[in-house]
Amino acid sequence: MSKDIRIKRGLTLRLKGEAEKQIVNAPRSKTYAIKPTDFHTMIPKLVLKEGEKLLAGDVLFFSKYCEELKFTSPVSGTLLEIKRAEKRKIIEVIIESDPTDSYKNFGKMNAATADPDSVKSRILESGCGVFIRQRPYDVVADPSDIPKAIFISAVSTAPLAADIGFILKDKIAAFQEGIYALQKLTPGKVHLSVDKSSAEYLKNIKGAEIHNVSGPHPAGNVGVQIHKIDPVNQGERVWTVGAEDVTIIGNLFLTGEFHADRTIAVTGSEAKDQKYYRIKIGENSADLVGQVPDNVRLISGNVLTGDKLSNNQYIGFYHTSLTLIPEGNKYRMLGWMPFFYNNIHSNSRSSLSWLFPNKKYELNTNLNGEERALVVTGEMEEVLPMDIFPMQLLKACITGNIEKMENLGIYEVAPEDFALIDYVNTSKLEAQYLIRTGLDLMITEVG
Amino acid sequence: MEWIRQKLDKFKEPFGKGKKLEKYAPAWNAIDTFLFTPNHTTQKGAHIRDAVDLKRVMMIVVIALIPALIFGMWNGGYQYLSQIQAEVGFWEALGHGASKIIPMIVVSYGVGLGIEFAFAIFRGHDINEGYLVTGLLIPMIMPIDIPLWMVALSVVFAVIIGKEAFGGTGMNILNPALTARAFAFFAYPTYMSGNKVWVSEASNIDAVSGETILGSLAAGHPVEYSFMDMFMGTIPGSLAETSTILILLGALLLVFTKVGSWRIILSGFIGAAVMAFIFNLLPAMGLEGNSLTNFPWYEHLIIGGLAFGIVFMATDPVSATQTIKGKWIYGFLIGFLAVMIRVFNPAYPEGIMLAILLMNVFAPVIDHYVIEGNVKRRKKRLSDVPVQIKTAV
Repeated sequence: MSKDIRIKRGLTLRLKGEAEKQIVNAPRSKTYAIKPTDFHTMIPKLVLKEGEKLLAGDVLFFSKYCEELKFTSPVSGTLLEIKRAEKRKIIEVIIESDPTDSYKNFGKMNAATADPDSVKSRILESGCGVFIRQRPYDVVADPSDIPKAIFISAVSTAPLAADIGFILKDKIAAFQEGIYALQKLTPGKVHLSVDKSSAEYLKNIKGAEIHNVSGPHPAGNVGVQIHKIDPVNQGERVWTVGAEDVTIIGNLFLTGEFHADRTIAVTGSEAKDQKYYRIKIGENSADLVGQVPDNVRLISGNVLTGDKLSNNQYIGFYHTSLTLIPEGNKYRMLGWMPFFYNNIHSNSRSSLSWLFPNKKYELNTNLNGEERALVVTGEMEEVLPMDIFPMQLLKACITGNIEKMENLGIYEVAPEDFALIDYVNTSKLEAQYLIRTGLDLMITEVG
Repeated sequence: MEWIRQKLDKFKEPFGKGKKLEKYAPAWNAIDTFLFTPNHTTQKGAHIRDAVDLKRVMMIVVIALIPALIFGMWNGGYQYLSQIQAEVGFWEALGHGASKIIPMIVVSYGVGLGIEFAFAIFRGHDINEGYLVTGLLIPMIMPIDIPLWMVALSVVFAVIIGKEAFGGTGMNILNPALTARAFAFFAYPTYMSGNKVWVSEASNIDAVSGETILGSLAAGHPVEYSFMDMFMGTIPGSLAETSTILILLGALLLVFTKVGSWRIILSGFIGAAVMAFIFNLLPAMGLEGNSLTNFPWYEHLIIGGLAFGIVFMATDPVSATQTIKGKWIYGFLIGFLAVMIRVFNPAYPEGIMLAILLMNVFAPVIDHYVIEGNVKRRKKRLSDVPVQIKTAV
């Protein structure tokens, strides 16, 4: 039986450059890379040396503090380079790819009938454990935990985000198998949130409780859904998995191989070919969008939560879109005049953008002002559909007050839930960054 | 535009890091960012940002104040001239009022911004735009004949003690504009109350009377003004507080742009109406009451500074409550207390100033209990978790 989740507070941003509903194969990159920095707080321990041959599914490195957590190669080829930054911190593990992939064989398994322990160890040894993330803290899940439930969001509400329902359409068998596998990992339920208007193939998935979600962004954020379905309490763990990542896990059981297939939406007003591309995880951005000029920002992920990329850098491990928007490093004369510069969207109606609710905006990266003290109240609550006081929580993060953070619900939030607060707040406060700092403090102090 | 920008960049150079005038950079930045929104781009967090910034917010409040301000100029002249001559021309009245108000605005901005700049340079932070609104509000809530040096002194007190002592914009507990008024009110009571200060020149020319409606009510005099006079604002009072209709026009802009909280405004008026209505019921309960308690509740809402206070002062987000529930309580109590002070305390014919200042002090307490409710809900949820799941984790 399915349940409805109606989100009322939030903001759906309409931007120019949505991807056309057409999937094409991306050209095969010469090099692929896994970036340890994509896995927050994880410290990699390398297994291979530069120049060694590997298959898709071979272990590249594992987590220093949790050896079960293995990170495997998305393609077959040769380990080309281990790129390090200051203090020898590893930032990229680059693989030179073979023309076609050969896979390490883990053996087929029927996830629905297999016993939980072998499902779990199969997921971990193949490197699929990395797809499972945990709340609280929004980091890769510790395999020794037992989660009270697993949450999957198949709803995309973020601006210009890839339409996950569309992506899953051709992969529904693998998706179903993945759900069966995840079911084995928790004594509780697997919750699958789907768009209320989505097609039957998603609503008919078995082995998971289906929730019909409707409403503005951040309705699609898994954190918001967890909050509505079964909120995280102090001391509890829940796991979350990206919807397409479930198909990778499913494929592992169906084929016995690690197919790191990702469908990525190339979007944004500055993108040339706004389409969906089939890639392998760790693809080089240059293969999709070429060299991007200086006045364009290349973002791995969406405009609210993504990472800034330079030319020839690799797409983030969890990201499902690549967004190109204009840089905003220009001065604006008398930009403080309200109701001028109406081409810039304003949720607080300080421009006349509210007159055109259906207009699609071409927004740039200008901060549109300077950082200031917190003055305006009420604007943050408007875009956070949770029973949480965002401004008070942010202040607790700034002051590093652990007890206050705990009381105000730090365990229930992730930086991405605060992305719209980054966007709307008058004081230009970096809410996502502050929440991340708060969570990091909790990890070291509480664990 | 390019040409101006280039000139500015050139002028900016000595204020750069490690240069001769680095210390004065906040002052220069204030001017520079006033002319041009800077070319800063997002470095972490969301890559796109709303058009709103503090400058825009403050400008919206200033725009919302302008109708009431212009009316106040006209009314300032009209109240005086209509008592000494038969016909009053529009421009004549406006001119007289402007000649009184504009010097006050100049003094208020001059002194206030001077202090703000000095503090910014001294502390090495950017200048927050809060004073753009405060500086305009202060003259608007003063009596028309107040000497300029008193305005200046009130501003000094409000900015230094009311705001900068707490850490500047965003940190103050009391509304700075009301702090200025309260300072003047208690330091120079003869200039701030009575029946000789509300109409221009009333203290100099015997033929001019200047009693406000609340003043007449408190003294037991009959009220000579009609409902429409009170609603439109052709009555004596502080400079820009009289016209309820134009204040509501400003309120509309504040609410629409989400700068002012509609919850505070609405609950403020409700609170005042409820209190006044209770007083109106006294005769029915066998108590006699007086001319203030028997004054119709709906007219209570449109006289004195109540409307101006609720719309422009109570909604100041820094000194108000921050939570949604808290805003309802805070607004209601302001209206409720304002009318109560009016009626009970003849020494303060108008209660809105003290009601807002009092609730400013209590706002953090209200918020504390609202937030505590949320914390309790969260803790209860934790204790309700079934035991088997708890152990599983």
